[in-house]
Amino acid sequence: MMGGEPVLRLENIRKRYGKNEVLKGIDLSVFHHEVIALIGASGSGKSTLLKCVNLLENIDDGQIFLSGEDISDPRVDEDKIRGKIGIVFQNYNLFPHITVLDNVTLASKKVLKIPKAQAEEKGMELLSRIGIAQKAKVYPDQLSGGQQQRVALVRAIASNPEILLLDEITSALDPQLVGEVLDLVRELKEAQTTILMATHEMSFAKSVADEIVFLENGVVAEKGPPSQIFDHPEKQSTKDFLARLKA
Amino acid sequence: MPASKIKSYGDVSRVELDRRAFRKKQSKKSALISCVSLIAFASAIYLLLSNSTGWEKVRIAFFSPEYFLDALPVVFEGLLKNLQILIFAASGVAVLATLIAVVRTSRSAVLFPLRVLASVYTDIFRGLPMIIILYLIGFGIPGLRIFGRIDAGLLGTIAIIIGYSAYVAEVIRAGIEAIHPSQRAAARSLGLSHSQTMRIIILPQAIRKVVPALMNDFVSMQKDVGLVSVLGVIDAVRSAQIMVAKTYNFTPYIAAGLLFILLSLPFIRLTDWYTAKLRKREQMEGAV
Ligand SMILES: Nc1ncnc2c1ncn2[C@@H]1O[C@H](COP(=O)(O)OP(=O)(O)O)[C@@H](O)[C@H]1O
Ligand SMILES: [Mg+2]
Repeated sequence: MMGGEPVLRLENIRKRYGKNEVLKGIDLSVFHHEVIALIGASGSGKSTLLKCVNLLENIDDGQIFLSGEDISDPRVDEDKIRGKIGIVFQNYNLFPHITVLDNVTLASKKVLKIPKAQAEEKGMELLSRIGIAQKAKVYPDQLSGGQQQRVALVRAIASNPEILLLDEITSALDPQLVGEVLDLVRELKEAQTTILMATHEMSFAKSVADEIVFLENGVVAEKGPPSQIFDHPEKQSTKDFLARLKA
Repeated sequence: MPASKIKSYGDVSRVELDRRAFRKKQSKKSALISCVSLIAFASAIYLLLSNSTGWEKVRIAFFSPEYFLDALPVVFEGLLKNLQILIFAASGVAVLATLIAVVRTSRSAVLFPLRVLASVYTDIFRGLPMIIILYLIGFGIPGLRIFGRIDAGLLGTIAIIIGYSAYVAEVIRAGIEAIHPSQRAAARSLGLSHSQTMRIIILPQAIRKVVPALMNDFVSMQKDVGLVSVLGVIDAVRSAQIMVAKTYNFTPYIAAGLLFILLSLPFIRLTDWYTAKLRKREQMEGAV
């Protein structure tokens, strides 16, 4: 067990859509520099959980703490909190009507109010890091799907968020483009980024995550280090889920 | 390699040369057919008109060159008034329609009363004929005697803004709703406020999506500004009407009509060109 206050702590998170209770009391902690992978069947509530953490959805019960601050309290400044949490979705992350560089620098300029020149310098640095500095002035539709997701990743970390949330960021990509995106996530982990990610790339989760959380029907059915979850799952439902993936 | 990329004309295969020759012959044939049918159609109409007993009277009443030349400068001066109203009305519509669309697509509880108001507004003013809106505003507001004397042109402009904003707001709303929800989520998660998200991310994309429809509404507004004549504004239509009343010859209406067509033509062409460009781009995207 790591010491200190976790970056993110979820306590008994509940979320309903109408009568459909999607999250039924989730407890979860993410510590500094940890990478946690959420796995589970489609519809098990992974995306909903990430949206709740990012305050894009209101929870119906429970508490969310970011570095100790209760961000589920309606009195917090939601925009400010969201600025401290990065999120990347499956697709439609980039804004198609502004250039790649503007996508990366938008938050620095409009939210953090950093001067344009400084923001663009940092933006170019980030784009160079992912090897597409020469595409800075083009529009996102001229990038490949893999490049788009990598830009979305560096855009999310451009404002130094405390935690990065990733929601199946490779599931809309052609198989040959998945690798470059996962490589970048691996690099981010090495740079000590704190990450909570929903993924269906099991071998990736196994090699990168510090902890695997298996969601089933809105509850955490089992969690533990990858070696335990993938090689010696305790619960029958976990075994069934993994077996279905292999089939 | 896609066929469209082949740009060399030097060594083309026999089969292709054959196909090209055939296509050329085909297109010549259809051009010929169109010409013949056009001439036949025009002659039929000409014969019908010139053989009708009333044609001579109609020709004099509507198509007299002398009256036409007399009317043209007067009507043209009136058209400047229409143009002025058009510019103010279009700017007003842009602002009001955007506001209504933003209110109608917002989900905030605070805006609920405004949202109801906006939806009642669009329901009413899309159903109401423009001419009735003009009468209501043009004669109703002065009737209240709150503001003193108001220029009829201003009242007409207000009526057109109110009538057209209802339509344009619905077009913009459709554009806003066509933006993928992830775009809003992505913007909000970067820390952009609600209004920044609307202004910087959603609206620019939404408007781009509906530009052809907006251009169409603008074209239809160009001619509807002629309706302000019912309020006594001395515009192109009213000027023509005054001349007709004096001479009992209708040619000034033809002059006014012609000027309205000329006014709208450049923009209609622009709309066609832009729509074609969009379609081409979409087809190219579909091919990727
Ligand atoms: N906006 C929404 N409105 C209603 N139901 C929703 C909404 N979003 C998700 N759900 C429901 O919540 C459940 C969990 O969805 P989701 O969190 O997307 O699962 P996952 O990401 O694990 O596939 C599903 O049954 C889905 O239909
Ligand atoms: Mg999901």
